[in-house]
Amino acid sequence: MGIHRGHRARPIEWLAEKFIFLVSLSAILMVLLIFLFVAREALPVFFGETNTALVQKPIPAAELEKHSAAELQAYLELTPDEFAKMDKKTLRTLMDIKVEAQNDIPAEVRNDPDAHINTTEWKYLLHSHQWNGYNRPEYIWQPVGDIKKFNIIPLFVGTLKVTLIGLLFAVPLAVGAAIYVSQLARPRVREIVKPTIELLSGIPSVVVGVFALLVMATVLQTMFHYQTRLNAFVAGIALGFAVIPVIFSIAEDALTSVPRAYTQAALALGASRWQTAWQIILPAALPGVFAAAVLGFGRAIGETMIVLMVCSASVLSWNVFDSARSITTTIAAEMAEAVAGGPHYRILFMLGALLFAATFISNMVGDLVIHRFKLKLEGKR
Amino acid sequence: MNTVTPSQYLPEGPRNRTETTRHFRAEKFDFWSFFFSGLTGLATLFILGILATILINILANGWTGLSWHFVSTIPKKDFFDIHTTGVLPMIVGTAFRVIVMTIFVIPVGVITAIYLTEYAANTSFITRIIRAAVNNLAGVPSIVFGLFGLGFFINFVGKNMDKLLHNSSAVWGQPALLWASLTLAVMTLPVVIVATEESLKAIPPGLREASLALGATKLETILKIVLPQALPGIMTGGILAVSRAAGEVAPILFTGVAYYMASLPGHLSDQFMDLGYHVFVLSTQSPNIEQTRPILYATVLVLLMLTFALNIVAILIRARVRKKLRALG
Repeated sequence: MGIHRGHRARPIEWLAEKFIFLVSLSAILMVLLIFLFVAREALPVFFGETNTALVQKPIPAAELEKHSAAELQAYLELTPDEFAKMDKKTLRTLMDIKVEAQNDIPAEVRNDPDAHINTTEWKYLLHSHQWNGYNRPEYIWQPVGDIKKFNIIPLFVGTLKVTLIGLLFAVPLAVGAAIYVSQLARPRVREIVKPTIELLSGIPSVVVGVFALLVMATVLQTMFHYQTRLNAFVAGIALGFAVIPVIFSIAEDALTSVPRAYTQAALALGASRWQTAWQIILPAALPGVFAAAVLGFGRAIGETMIVLMVCSASVLSWNVFDSARSITTTIAAEMAEAVAGGPHYRILFMLGALLFAATFISNMVGDLVIHRFKLKLEGKR
Repeated sequence: MNTVTPSQYLPEGPRNRTETTRHFRAEKFDFWSFFFSGLTGLATLFILGILATILINILANGWTGLSWHFVSTIPKKDFFDIHTTGVLPMIVGTAFRVIVMTIFVIPVGVITAIYLTEYAANTSFITRIIRAAVNNLAGVPSIVFGLFGLGFFINFVGKNMDKLLHNSSAVWGQPALLWASLTLAVMTLPVVIVATEESLKAIPPGLREASLALGATKLETILKIVLPQALPGIMTGGILAVSRAAGEVAPILFTGVAYYMASLPGHLSDQFMDLGYHVFVLSTQSPNIEQTRPILYATVLVLLMLTFALNIVAILIRARVRKKLRALG
């Protein structure tokens, strides 16, 4: 673009261009930083360096030299920074305290087989386990109490349940409205309806949450007669409200970008407006509509406040009329109680990293599909 | 169904010449067309209905609780008392964090958009990466931004600032208004970039060429010709970012919001109260939800008026920019 001149001819121009280029890299930098720093806090979980076992094999202070620094750091539950600051004497004192603390554990806890296991191992994070006092192996997320249970499967199921209900509700409505607005409505109607639907995305999610909590929950309960007033179903529908504008505007965009010649040709051949929309325009715009649904999924899976306000019990259940707790909700609700640097804190960050990865992938897929779709429409492929 | 055979659209086929010439349309009335068109129309109406229901519900219930006293009072510790409570610190906190955010996000967003439209070659590898990053940033869940704010701004930047400046006493290494604002700035960066880019593209290339032909340099053209023209679009971006940020709660949960503060925030390292978070607190932690319902609705109304007023202004400006863009083809 333009005539390129050397930095000697126009030093200020040259500097400005470099500066603008550097600033524009900040978006890339931010994505990298987000990934790095969320993953950094979660790394000990991935590497199995956290230990939540109540009863551990005590290491006497005299054996300080026999163990590696990493082992001791994990044993004393210190962060690397803290560990680096301590001299041998403080370490010995800490180890003595730890041994004493181990000796002070009451016998009934000591006899509990669960007190000997490290619940942050992947085995316990992903598989069911027969906890002491339960009749059969179960998936349990229960980060409080003596024995902290961190099974993430109930959270996954909760997230999936709420997200799928939201999408099942939002996609047909949003795509239907997009077809209507872009193909069937008169131009004047379109010019009013489109910005109005987009206005829905301007409603903060806490406000949608309040509406769901106070109004919708009651209305839906009288309609469907289920037991629990606040459940995954209500949360899912409310989530749908939040995703509708996202799906609508992307789908509408895709449908409008189909060349007018398609419409004109179909109409000239005698097709009705609906037949044109359904059999000509929609198939042509299908990748774009699909991308809209994928991006809507990314938005729904990351929505926090609505689900947090409407339902929060973390019991594993596939029933849509039971309560559910999503990953986002868990992070939002429990981060305040989690001890910074502790296992619970690390696992919440790990959930955040997984969430980031999930939305990263769905965004990539969505964008790629739209990109190809646009190229195809322009006849470049 | 990708291919369409013509016969599908000629229901019976032309039976005789007179009939086909008499009717221009192949079908007079097709029930299924009517039915499905109606269905999509209903879907549209349903969405509009949801929007209207939410707005009317909040307006009708919130109106009664709203008063000058309510928006201008700093509440006592027990803000659930409907007679003495107020939302002044929440309004101030929300405004404060949003203003600080704007100071960071507008320059970075606008400069990135200038690079993407004025300088970058559209096909170059680095441009595609920047675009992908911007799109990705727009899709990152807000709670992940919160985690990022905690992990990066507070635990990394803040703690290191304390080590250097304050001899390791906790000033910046804890939730603060600055960190909440910066987290929101990262979150709203794509909004500003996309809106600015759109308005830059709407400026006719002829304008730039004329300026260059008269001897202005590229930088001069951008600063004196392109940017003044793009101002409405930049404003739209800023307003949209502000309205998005004003309503977000998840990113500030761990980076700066406070459950209660006796005074207004005065410094960037202070914590603050926030309208959206206050709505959350009132609706989930109230000792008696029926009794505190009026103040909950009034707070929601204040929040909604704030974000909606901004949104409507942004949509109006954007509509004008888009019209210009369409006129250009």
